Amino acid sequence: MNPHRRHPLIFSSAMLVYLFLYAPILVLILFSFNASRANITFEGFIPAFSDRVVMDGSLVKSGPCGPFYWFCELSKNEDVAEAAGNTLTIAFISTIISTIIGTMAALSLQRYEFKLKPFSQLSLYIPIVIPEIVMGIGILTLFSQLFAVLNGALGLTGDSRLSMGLGTVIVSHIAFSVPFVTLVVQARLQGFDKSYEEAAMDLGANEWTTFRRVTFPMILPGILSGGLLAFTLSLDDFVITFFTNGPGSTTLPIYVYGLLRRIITPQVNALSTVWILTVFSVVLLLQILQNREPKQHG
Amino acid sequence: MLKRLRENKSAQGTLLASPTLLWMIGLLIIPLILTLIISFGKRSPDGDVIYTFTLDNYIRLIGYSTDCDNGQASCFDPLYMQILWRSLTLAFNTTVLVISLAYPLAYFIARAHPKRRNTFLFMVLIPLWTNFVIRVYAWMMLLRTQGVINLVLGWFAGLLNIPFTPLEMLYTPGAVLVGMVYEFLPFMILPIYTSLEKIDNSLYEAAADLGANGIKTFGRVTLPLSMPGVVAGTILVFIPVMGTFIVSDILGGRQVILVGNLIQRQFLDARDPTFGSAASLILMIMTLIVTYFYTRKFGFGEEIIVA
Repeated sequence: MNPHRRHPLIFSSAMLVYLFLYAPILVLILFSFNASRANITFEGFIPAFSDRVVMDGSLVKSGPCGPFYWFCELSKNEDVAEAAGNTLTIAFISTIISTIIGTMAALSLQRYEFKLKPFSQLSLYIPIVIPEIVMGIGILTLFSQLFAVLNGALGLTGDSRLSMGLGTVIVSHIAFSVPFVTLVVQARLQGFDKSYEEAAMDLGANEWTTFRRVTFPMILPGILSGGLLAFTLSLDDFVITFFTNGPGSTTLPIYVYGLLRRIITPQVNALSTVWILTVFSVVLLLQILQNREPKQHG
Repeated sequence: MLKRLRENKSAQGTLLASPTLLWMIGLLIIPLILTLIISFGKRSPDGDVIYTFTLDNYIRLIGYSTDCDNGQASCFDPLYMQILWRSLTLAFNTTVLVISLAYPLAYFIARAHPKRRNTFLFMVLIPLWTNFVIRVYAWMMLLRTQGVINLVLGWFAGLLNIPFTPLEMLYTPGAVLVGMVYEFLPFMILPIYTSLEKIDNSLYEAAADLGANGIKTFGRVTLPLSMPGVVAGTILVFIPVMGTFIVSDILGGRQVILVGNLIQRQFLDARDPTFGSAASLILMIMTLIVTYFYTRKFGFGEEIIVA
């Protein structure tokens, strides 16, 4: 019996689900080339290049960028540049911190016995089992009450007052990323053969050398996938950011959400297209790198 | 002191876990306690919180009011109960639909040739990594009265010479359901795939040797062994659907108000954090109860962290 035989029914339903997953994305990309400013129906591609932008009502007839008119408009949009910068800053800082402290916590939970251990382990499941909005408004309440007290106590006024911003967003992103990093690294440590470490110690390596030369390289794939998970969670986050951001800390998802409630030009589609293509190339690159590594078993 | 730390294993463990613990206490547990305290408070006229102890917010949620139009002492308005019930049924319907779409695809990937499995899985990850807000926007474009779905339907109707009036799809409960299913589908595919992939081929062979046909093998071998994946996927889908407000905000307009929208509005538009906190706690309790009974019956699979 061929274990990889395909039942036609399974095959066709799988293909339909793929169609469901991809059709909206393809339409979204197509509309980023829309000649129509109103962007309600697809009025065709922008047909020609010219030195200056030529408009006919709400239709773009030609421009220096030709069919890529909306991508050129996007590149001139300072709000988008700022939001993109914020998104990446938040993702990088929160990923680095949550990966480091999450790995520490995983080592601690897997290797040590201490009083707070059951409580620590349990607390990691909180962000998984409660809706994000509950966490979001809780953190919002915490910061607003805390800042109100601190501003009053320290007598801060005007611009020097403590308020929501990049700092509060980063701290909050670490809070929801850490549990995922810890659980992923912990899973890696569970399948870890301790005899390698014992061998290193027998050969005279001290604890730190053993960690650096044996343990760390062996759990590195787990740390990297935990870090990657933290990074994507941060990039994708809307709800927590929505409740913890302030002036000057708008991220791309928040920016797009703001646009969706107002007028939507194909520029939003161009932004989405750039986002999708970036993600696609990064995931593809990682996939290729991963396949080049020798397969590990067990 | 360093020497003492070196010998004290328990202190080392606590020290290593302490930054994470600090974050969990500071940004999860304290905010939850604060939400609980505030939910018993009162709103001041300028939207601040007055710390006191009153059950008013919860009574208002249940629907009783002492401020009635017709002069009665108390009256009943099921508005908020309807919102909670709507969210619960939507989360249930979404989960059922997502399972029925995710299972065949996960099964297809798990049974595909090992060389192609990664590519098929990669194709599930791409939409997942496309931003959540962007995915809602895509459905807004599809569902509009002059949108792509109506365009395609109109084209088919034209071919068949049937008169066609564009369907009103955006800003309906159906639009919200489709949006939710689309948003959370990958979160179900990945855990189901993980548990299906673990099933040893020899089990299928044994079932075939013992004379089981395809349907019987599926019912007695495949389905029971993939349940941990379905359970993990359900948790990853049901809980976020209960609390999401963007999908209903964008695709439901003012027609479909969910508990997420209710909470968000209390914190931003209506400016009554005390009532919002009470609603938020009720939402949390509802999801915890559902998760508790569900996992008690089926177990809490490790598949949950794969996605």
